[in-house]
Amino acid sequence: MAYFPPSGAAPRPGFLPGLPGWLNTALGLLASVALTFLGLLLVTFLIGRVVPIDPVLAAVGDRAPAEVYEQMRIALGLHLPLHEQFLAYVGKVLEGDFGRSVLTANPVLEDIRRVFPATLELATLSILLGVLIGVPMGVVAAVRHGRWPDHVIRVLGLVGYSVPVFWLGLMGLLLFYANLGWVAGPGRLDIYYEGLVEPVTGLILVDSLVAGEPEVFWNALGHLVLPASVLGYFSLAYISRMTRSLMLEQLSQEYIVTARAKGLSEARVVWRHALGNAMVPLVTVIALSYGSLLEGSVLTEIVFAWPGLGYYITNSLLNADMNAVLGGTIVVGAVFIGLNLLSDLLYRVLDPRAR
Amino acid sequence: MSAQALLAVEDLRVSFATATGVVEAVRGVSFTMGRERLGIVGESGSGKSMTGRAILGLVPPPGRVDARRLEFDGIDLTAAGSKRRRALRGRRIAMILQDPNYSLNPVITAGRQIAEAYRGLSRAAARERALGMLEAVRVPDPERVLRAYPHELSGGMAQRVMIAMMLAPGPDLLIADEPTSALDVSVRVQVLAILDDLVGRGRMGLILISHDLGLVASFCDRVLVMYDGRIVESCRASELESARHPYTRGLLAARPRIDGPGGELPVLDRDPAWRDAPGVCGAP
Amino acid sequence: MKALDDRSAGSFSAGPRAWLMAEAAGSRRQARLGRWYAAWLVFRRNPLAVTGLAIVCGLIVVALVAPWLAGHSPIEQNLQARLLPPGGGHWLGTDALGRDIFARLVHGARITLLIVALVAAIAAPVGLIMGCSAGYFGGWVDAVLMRITDVFLAFPRLILALAFVAALGPGIENAILAIAITAWPPYARIARAETITIRTSGFIQAARLQGASASRILVGHVVPLTSSSVIVRVTLDMAGVILTAAGLGFLGLGAQPPVAEWGAMIAAGRQFMLDQWWVAAAPGLAILVVSLGFNLLGDGLRDVLDPKHG
Repeated sequence: MAYFPPSGAAPRPGFLPGLPGWLNTALGLLASVALTFLGLLLVTFLIGRVVPIDPVLAAVGDRAPAEVYEQMRIALGLHLPLHEQFLAYVGKVLEGDFGRSVLTANPVLEDIRRVFPATLELATLSILLGVLIGVPMGVVAAVRHGRWPDHVIRVLGLVGYSVPVFWLGLMGLLLFYANLGWVAGPGRLDIYYEGLVEPVTGLILVDSLVAGEPEVFWNALGHLVLPASVLGYFSLAYISRMTRSLMLEQLSQEYIVTARAKGLSEARVVWRHALGNAMVPLVTVIALSYGSLLEGSVLTEIVFAWPGLGYYITNSLLNADMNAVLGGTIVVGAVFIGLNLLSDLLYRVLDPRAR
Repeated sequence: MSAQALLAVEDLRVSFATATGVVEAVRGVSFTMGRERLGIVGESGSGKSMTGRAILGLVPPPGRVDARRLEFDGIDLTAAGSKRRRALRGRRIAMILQDPNYSLNPVITAGRQIAEAYRGLSRAAARERALGMLEAVRVPDPERVLRAYPHELSGGMAQRVMIAMMLAPGPDLLIADEPTSALDVSVRVQVLAILDDLVGRGRMGLILISHDLGLVASFCDRVLVMYDGRIVESCRASELESARHPYTRGLLAARPRIDGPGGELPVLDRDPAWRDAPGVCGAP
Repeated sequence: MKALDDRSAGSFSAGPRAWLMAEAAGSRRQARLGRWYAAWLVFRRNPLAVTGLAIVCGLIVVALVAPWLAGHSPIEQNLQARLLPPGGGHWLGTDALGRDIFARLVHGARITLLIVALVAAIAAPVGLIMGCSAGYFGGWVDAVLMRITDVFLAFPRLILALAFVAALGPGIENAILAIAITAWPPYARIARAETITIRTSGFIQAARLQGASASRILVGHVVPLTSSSVIVRVTLDMAGVILTAAGLGFLGLGAQPPVAEWGAMIAAGRQFMLDQWWVAAAPGLAILVVSLGFNLLGDGLRDVLDPKHG
């Protein structure tokens, strides 16, 4: 739930001396990503090892004779030394084989492919809210530094940091759904709209528009508004805060004096000059925040019965379905790493000095 | 001096409220100038930069500017609203800052930053003018510089961009705050020559803020010496050598000389009495 | 000579304030206390930070005197008094098993404080040691330690905690362990960054020239100097820890019934939301207030201890 500090696009070590600069950087980046991913697999592998559930017993039942047990143990590769087991595990994961879910009896990857769009849709709408409201709020707070808009925005942000999302979601449902009836309830669609639109992208907002079903679109939006606002508030808190401190830093720079000395309007000085520079590190902040929303939605998805990745992982967890839990964890971790890489690349695009 | 002064400053004060009390950076500075070259010298912290920023209306918060009189070309700046001040900035009063590494926006190309100075022109026209300005500051390959980001330019080149940007709208008063002190010595002369050319004689007023006595003496018509927020001496640049104030004399003595004795370096004497004593005027 | 000493070091007889504010301290202790006092003077001027401190102190006091404050047992059931609205003998009403919600909230403060304290006690030293060693030794030590840190940072925190709890089994000890495992990497990052700037400074060189061992320099100089940044970060993180713990509790993976834990209380109140909203509302508000307290406190501390990141 808590966000990590932006790792910043720290200059990655070059890969090999003698290669052209961009290729070197690219290879260095790639190596670093691969290493992190390998570490991620090691952690999930070890978690899978320490689980008190015996995978052999789970497969053969606890009344199986010793020979059957031993055969299964060999079949599962558990007689091999740990490092060989790990290599086999990495190979399987790279093939996209996360095993089969005990709960749904499907391959885990297939399950994840089915549930991921729901999470993506929710997180995307939330980050849009967070950026479109959070960035201007942070800018205003920095410009009005130390005065009441700054204080109001600061407290609003701190409350967003402090409120349990699942509780906020519950209270939101109570007020806006149950009492006021302004929004639709839990789930992605009302029951009589379900199945009307063939999933193509899995994002109902997109699919319904493509299929020309505006009613489904509006219904889905009604279901999305509340959970997206709850998560959006969460990311707004973080983004506005980071924007504020980045803007304060930029506004004290000499080039701001130059821009003012040129007689530019305050709006242009703030929004073009200062924000243009603050945007460079801010992109990392936003990317990480987006990643956190993909996972921060775990609890929100439970509260809103949102059939996404977080819901899937938690549900599997409560049913001791370790393959599904670890598969989901790897996917979320991989998305995180991917977003980190993306923000790194964007940083290079946005900052002419890093090109 | 001309009948109507370009700039008249009387009892200018800049103060900052801090946790430990009010700090006065400028304490009652007065001078008038026409379309001439005025040098302001002093050590760092003497208030010379703040004087320049106060004239532009760019003292950062929580700074407070007070003046009995602050008039530019007949416009009362103390009474002018922020909109009026902004309209004057750039168009009529411009400023060149010290270090082009920090004073140019790193994520906007040089061409766009210059073009920004032309308000109300189409993009193409502004670009055309920017190109012309870059030629005026003797940039060798103006098309390239136009597209370049500040970090891709050498210090001297970037400072030329700065000069082009500030002189673009043809201001009446240019405040140059240590325009060459961040540059390599070899580049300084070129940049100064460009500045000398573009400012011309009697075309615009120039306030050259510097800690370099020699530079000010050779470049300016008149010199103000600031110490601890006040003007302690004002004189013609040509008569600087015969300055009377002990602080100015100290500064003069502290200049390194290639032909001088290689003995002990002189140390500046500071007399607390200078803080509040009235300034002296050089030979009338 | 005596008179001069008195003036510069500020004699205690002149009043503790003068002694604390003395320009030149007479002893190490005076210098340290004086610095704290100066920090306190800055801190005190920020009403939000003082509010945060008050909330955190309030949490500690409530946790200490919970049995006397509660008035009711937090676990004793009374099925005749189920889901009573606030008022009467029960300030905040009763839950589905007829337990007094206020009593459960007050006892829940103990659980919250326990989680926060233990996570800080485990994660902060681990982060400090990892970060300071990485920064001080550099080279391959740095590369290995920071790669490990990066791996942990690559995981979303809640998911990693979930996976650990899944592996270790639900329960408060495992929840604390899982949160601590996910909490240390940012501290290691901060400690490393600070160490790298400290490493090259003159007094470290001097200590090294005097023959101090690496461990002595690390423990005696580097760790104390980096800890203020880490403390600020830990305080700011406590809100996140509380939220993660509540989230695990909400999912039934934290403290197990009948222990009064705020997250689990929300989960239990969820099914009565429509008619008995207070059952879920009260513990949520408690979580909000306490984590807001830590955030305000951390914010204020940062302004005092770490002004460059304000």
